[in-house]
Amino acid sequence: MKTTTADKRENWFNRRGWRDVIIGAPYVWLIAFFLVPFLIVLAMSFATRTPTAPPFSFGGDHPLLNPEGYARLFQDDLYLRAFLTSLMNAGFATLFCLLIGYPMALGLTRIGRGWRNILLMLVILPFWTSFLLRVYAWMGLMGSNSWFNKLLTGAWNGLVPVDWAVRSIPMMNSNFAVVLVTVYTYLPFMILPLYANLEKLDRTLDEAAMDLGSRPSRVFWDITLPQSIPGIIAGGLLVFIPAAGELVIPSLVGDAGRPMIGRVISDEFASARDWPMASSVAVALLVLMVLPMMAYTHYQGRAEGRERAEGRQ
Amino acid sequence: MNRRPVFLMTVLCFGFAFFYIPILSMMVYSFNASRLATVWGGFSTKWYVALLDNDQVIRAALLSLKIALISATMATILGTMAGIALARFRRFRGRVLFSGLVTAPLIMPEVITGISSLMLFILMAEWIGWPGSRGFTTITLAHITFSMVFVTTVVHSRLVQADVAIEEAAMDLGSRPWQVLRDITLPVISPAILSGWLLAFTISLDDVVITSFTTGPGNTTLPLLIWSKVKLGVTPDINALATLTVVVVGIGVGLAGWILHRAEKRRERDMQMAYRAHD
Repeated sequence: MKTTTADKRENWFNRRGWRDVIIGAPYVWLIAFFLVPFLIVLAMSFATRTPTAPPFSFGGDHPLLNPEGYARLFQDDLYLRAFLTSLMNAGFATLFCLLIGYPMALGLTRIGRGWRNILLMLVILPFWTSFLLRVYAWMGLMGSNSWFNKLLTGAWNGLVPVDWAVRSIPMMNSNFAVVLVTVYTYLPFMILPLYANLEKLDRTLDEAAMDLGSRPSRVFWDITLPQSIPGIIAGGLLVFIPAAGELVIPSLVGDAGRPMIGRVISDEFASARDWPMASSVAVALLVLMVLPMMAYTHYQGRAEGRERAEGRQ
Repeated sequence: MNRRPVFLMTVLCFGFAFFYIPILSMMVYSFNASRLATVWGGFSTKWYVALLDNDQVIRAALLSLKIALISATMATILGTMAGIALARFRRFRGRVLFSGLVTAPLIMPEVITGISSLMLFILMAEWIGWPGSRGFTTITLAHITFSMVFVTTVVHSRLVQADVAIEEAAMDLGSRPWQVLRDITLPVISPAILSGWLLAFTISLDDVVITSFTTGPGNTTLPLLIWSKVKLGVTPDINALATLTVVVVGIGVGLAGWILHRAEKRRERDMQMAYRAHD
């Protein structure tokens, strides 16, 4: 009698008012400090900029709804370029995270329990240390005087014709640096969901295929990879979405001449004091982020539906 | 079968080198005597001494700890409530909005969270006269909001995994729901609550973007201080600060992991003994 017990619990909590407190306190909090601010941004994106304090109004030529901010998104190529830079950097970072993280996650499933737990801990540990300091660690490595840069420069000069020799490799303040540091800081977000997914896979399928004469590469492409797609998608979203909105990494190691969208939002808001424009760019960024999320939920819903249908047969 | 693991193990080795070489390099250079942060000039601990003498750093670290302690505790209380609400109360008005509100902050870019919180605080000050100035209070409010949803995620997934049958059995045997919550539900989710608190604590201690928007003059947290210094380039005292952070966090996480691991083991043993006694 599952429902009656659960109902009894709910009713009891309800009678004492505890249920209202347990639901109500976090609910009210999130409405006040998350939903309301979000609605302010949404409304602000349709406001008109004024030289007052706070710098906006809903009057003027376009009472209440001023679409100018959204129109400027398409007129000024600053915004389109920033969106493109963000998508490219985040896309490359996701791709490299996958290329490095997938074999690492697969490798983790192939080693003994004791070592595996220690190595998993080592994957998670950098995530607990300061994000800012992990970015900073690479600033030290990429600088033109660092041992790492000298090592790479030496290797480069040794391998290429003399005409191509360089004094140091310019790594800092470029999109390359942004992608590298993004891969470094977000790699655990790719490894962990992939590991969780790969660990659950049934290894007997691999063995069966091997026994029937499949080569290891065939086993990987035909059995392991298709089964790990949910892990790839989860890891990809966990890397791509925060990477696209990243502010700290491009500010420290990125090319200031080609800002990413997070920087544009921050500059419009703080330097230009253009709240409506900053809000329009923010809403546009959110729409761009929600699309892959929705595709994912759609895909997941369909996969679950298929599983249920298969289960019924 | 034999060729693949060699490749996988090689990637694994390179992967861990990639993870740890930058951190180790930073730690080594924190003992660099030279003022030039990237040129080795002999061994020295002077940057650590300078760091401990630096009032600004100590003040910023204390402010960060204060904010992190308060916000993590509040976030754990609110986040656990939200987790219980989602996992154990099946129907309530506005449940769809509620679960949306619990997920959305997880994927909201920090810039947008920061700007929207700042706009809220400025407009509130304009309309109702509070908060009069931004600083400790506004930073803490913002941190509670974006870290509580992480606690909710952790607690919720634990509650969903936990066996409802035990709670129901206790109810059927006449326990009051309050007793069930105190004696069964909370002990079962206590590891999740602890890791949720740790997560909220480190998120708060680490945050730059949201803090930079919600702070006011004179309220510099440690990450903000590091941020303002790092923007100007690599300096040896930041290397020392980073090393201290990594060591403290490493020990803390190791200790917490060990305690959680032991608690889990003990629980498993108790369960096994209970089953054996039952047989």
